[in-house]
Amino acid sequence: MTAVLFENVSRHFGAVRAVDAVDLAIAEGEFFAMLGPSGSGKTTCLRLMAGFEQPTGGHIEIFGETAEGVPPYRRSVNTVFQDYALFPHLSILDNVAYGLMVKGVGREERRKAAEDALAMVKLPGYGTRRPGQLSGGQRQRVALARALVNKPKVLLLDEPLGALDLKLREQMQEELKSLQKTLGITFVFVTHDQGEALSMADRIAVFNDGKIQQLGTPEEVYKQPRTRFVADFVGSSNVLPPEFVKQLGAANQYASLRPEAITLGRGGDGKLVLNGTVLSRSFLGAANRVLVSVNGTKINVMSPATASIPAEGNPVTLSFDRADLHLMDQAS
Amino acid sequence: MSAIVEQRSILPDRGSLTSRVSDFLWKHPYVLLTILLAPPLLWLGIIYLGSLFALLLQSFFSIDDYSGLINYEFTLATYRQLLNEANFDIIVRTVSMAAIVTLVSAVIAFPIAYYAARYARGKWKVFFYLGVMLPLWSSYLVKIYAWKLILAKEGILTWLLTKLNLLWLLDAWLSLPVIGGNSLSVSYTGTFIVFVYVWMPFMILPIQAALERVPTNLIEASSDLGATPQQTFRHVLFPLALPGIVAGSIFTFSLTLGDYIIPQIIGSSRLFIGQAVYAQQGTAGNIPLAAAFTVVPIVIMGLYLWGARRMGAFDAL
Repeated sequence: MTAVLFENVSRHFGAVRAVDAVDLAIAEGEFFAMLGPSGSGKTTCLRLMAGFEQPTGGHIEIFGETAEGVPPYRRSVNTVFQDYALFPHLSILDNVAYGLMVKGVGREERRKAAEDALAMVKLPGYGTRRPGQLSGGQRQRVALARALVNKPKVLLLDEPLGALDLKLREQMQEELKSLQKTLGITFVFVTHDQGEALSMADRIAVFNDGKIQQLGTPEEVYKQPRTRFVADFVGSSNVLPPEFVKQLGAANQYASLRPEAITLGRGGDGKLVLNGTVLSRSFLGAANRVLVSVNGTKINVMSPATASIPAEGNPVTLSFDRADLHLMDQAS
Repeated sequence: MSAIVEQRSILPDRGSLTSRVSDFLWKHPYVLLTILLAPPLLWLGIIYLGSLFALLLQSFFSIDDYSGLINYEFTLATYRQLLNEANFDIIVRTVSMAAIVTLVSAVIAFPIAYYAARYARGKWKVFFYLGVMLPLWSSYLVKIYAWKLILAKEGILTWLLTKLNLLWLLDAWLSLPVIGGNSLSVSYTGTFIVFVYVWMPFMILPIQAALERVPTNLIEASSDLGATPQQTFRHVLFPLALPGIVAGSIFTFSLTLGDYIIPQIIGSSRLFIGQAVYAQQGTAGNIPLAAAFTVVPIVIMGLYLWGARRMGAFDAL
């Protein structure tokens, strides 16, 4: 069943088209990511699902029911806010139990449910504290518990990991993923971090300028970017101009070439070969990033740390499989 | 490299007196703090608290009924006098008025403050501040006399209601016991209207400041979790605005408790605490009773703040 359906949905603020004629179908139980730079319309889409915004055009359905004109408090959809939005004047337990309280669930029952939810996010016994006494990571978990205790049909997450440091973020990514598997709830996740989207989502919608540029599995989006924007935004691929691609013997079209698909030095038979000059190199730990100029076109290469690299200014040979050269739509 | 600026890692002392003073104060921050705070603290400590203490002391003396001289012996007789029927009526009248003025001010101020905090932007915000503060810039007496003209029997309000064929409404109101009277300008209703008008800015501004600090996403989160707007108001907006409402009510409540001009110009001739203090220390020359009357608002405000604190009004601070 389709959990969230957008048909030609637009949200314009005056002349600004925050969301512009978006079509979208999120399946039940799916972990769906909306990826894009700030101002691309992904957060507005999330707010349209939550009911904080109403579409200026188009049709929205949540589990087959019309959602436009329905206020947020009548939707079985819950949100984990970017900065958590915990109620500062309530204890952690009252924060988590809030949704049940306003729906008239009895005191004892909601206390138990809230404690279970806190245990689920690994914060048992934190109920008596105030939000101000918790760390960012703990607040994040409380926000999650507060949403999940309502057993929503769809859980919306607005850049929930943005404020956490790297280590905590990676840990939360895994926990979110396994939580979603256990609960089977549809998760819709907004992020500007392509790594996060690729590692967590079942499917990704890449947004730019209020439109979906590409919708597909992480592999599709990464390996076969449909537009230059997607190639550039997801995985920082090399985008090669049509003239360059034509010289390689392919069509007169833009093409993307992933940095890790290129090896330094002459490869085996049937590989395409380019000659250029090393412009700069930076050590990243597991790999080196090498910037090479080929007749003025700059190409990024991700080379294993074990491979030797010519010094800056020296000539270098690049090789890659023809199959890794991915031709893109002419548009954008 | 510039020829004008000498390239050194530690810049030399500029040699002037001000720079040496700056260096000294930078090394001894407490000296600056002391210089800045000592005068106001001395003022508060000696002039203000000192005279308050002297006043409190007076309330424990009594006046000799025959000679009219102050008897400097410790006694609670003056406080007992406060419980005389006439004096106690004054206290009840003033406290009730202050309570109703505060309550109604809060109810009227909240939507105005909410609009200003949530929706007013740019020039509308300027307009809001001007609208709220402008009345404070004109003389308090002028405003009260203006209200007397508005509320008088021959005043503009009566004229307007006559034109609207609604005069019977005013007459019905004025025929009510206690709150009614010959005209609005000589009734408790009139006193109440003017109190609410004059203190309104002191209620609006703290509430607006409190509401401004409530992040929009808390309102959204509440709605997202299933709370109707009514529930969001009750469980999120109101508790978070409460410190502002309490701050505003401290102003309206204490200002009403102490004011002696408004009830003198507009209202029935029955006294309020401020008028009683004025009369006792002036014409009657009964400083101890005037002092005892002054203690009443202090005690009431103390109780009020203690109660507000116990009810959790300051939890969101």
